[in-house]
Amino acid sequence: MKPQVISENDLHAYVDGALPAARLAEVEDWLRGEPAEAARVEAYRAQKAALKALFDPVLAEPLPPELASFAERPAVDPLPAAHAGWRATSLLRLAASLVLALLGGAAGWLAHGHYAAGERLAQGLPLSHQAAVAHVVYSPDVRRPVEVAADQEEQLVKWLSKRLGAPVSPPRLGVVGYELVGGRLLPGNSGPVAQFMYQDGSGQRLTLYVTTEGVGKPETGFRFAREGAVNVFYWIDGRFGYALSAGIDKGELAKVATAVYDQLEKAK
Amino acid sequence: MDSRDILVEIPRLRRYARALLGDRAAADDLVQDTLERAWTRFAQWRAGSDLRAWLFSIMHNLRVDQLRRPALPTETLDEVAGQVPTRPTQSDQLEVMDIESALRQLPEEQREVLLLVGLDDMSYAEVASTLGIPLGTVMSRLSRGRERLRQIMAGRQPGASLRVVK
Repeated sequence: MKPQVISENDLHAYVDGALPAARLAEVEDWLRGEPAEAARVEAYRAQKAALKALFDPVLAEPLPPELASFAERPAVDPLPAAHAGWRATSLLRLAASLVLALLGGAAGWLAHGHYAAGERLAQGLPLSHQAAVAHVVYSPDVRRPVEVAADQEEQLVKWLSKRLGAPVSPPRLGVVGYELVGGRLLPGNSGPVAQFMYQDGSGQRLTLYVTTEGVGKPETGFRFAREGAVNVFYWIDGRFGYALSAGIDKGELAKVATAVYDQLEKAK
Repeated sequence: MDSRDILVEIPRLRRYARALLGDRAAADDLVQDTLERAWTRFAQWRAGSDLRAWLFSIMHNLRVDQLRRPALPTETLDEVAGQVPTRPTQSDQLEVMDIESALRQLPEEQREVLLLVGLDDMSYAEVASTLGIPLGTVMSRLSRGRERLRQIMAGRQPGASLRVVK
């Protein structure tokens, strides 16, 4: 066994290049007479090199724009105090989205890099992407945009709640100019999800995607994603994940998202 | 604290989070949450002090909060996601994938220390202050973590994680 003078800590400091020169020489001397310990130290060095080889490529990966946008200081909150904290967050997202726009072409690789094939297989598509695809598929549909129309709202609520195994109901968005068209059931990553569709006076549609698949994940603040021509605000709150999608300007969508969030909070 | 300073730190935060969690999406979420929290607390950051260490400690605290919550449904997938090669052209793929799966078998508290020292080249004292633990604890976690990793790798046939081999 090694004598007292060379400690386990010395050996790690040796591996990490943290020994002063004099001590380094002593440790090297000692290791020459201790082949088993020398082999152990060599294995630790190899571990370190292998970890770097494995994870250093992450440093060179292009930064997802939504992450880069978080380097920005949040905008000052100019809105009334009622939901000041929350609105500050949404404005931060908004500011983030503007930075995202400035980053220009960065968005293009997002879909490419973010949803690498292996990941898609391993864990299903991210919430924002699923919601955006569902939006693009159903919102242009003139004849059957929904399965159950708003005039049967009670049935719609009962049906979707039963299928999701949790009470869901569409928020009222009249204050921001959108009326419920209806809703439908969709397949998610591992089970049913709900989609509510809204429309404004000009026929502009937006969809609210509600899933229970994120249950148990930590709650998040607003996240923003741009999926092609569709902007998405999404968040996880309690038992549900929500994603609000529309082909409208981020600022307007943020207003609607605020309205949705406020109502869900009140309903709690 | 300036957004450019933060931007510079993001790649390192991502690398660490990826190595810690194995799962790319979860890692980037953790980085995003870290940056968000940093901005809400930037008044607490003392100008001139080490921004990187401060961000890493925010990330560590967030992670501790996450682990205190009930089990995440995504956890079962981590192992699978961890097998996805980050660099498919790698010539020493087998060895690299081997250490990845061995790393997943360490307790997170050992993995943290191992990665801060091994990937981020933090000094032991910096690791202690980032994680809020005594220096002696850093050393014992480092020692146990490295030894455990060595045992796992020594007991394993190369190529045990065949699914990634091309």
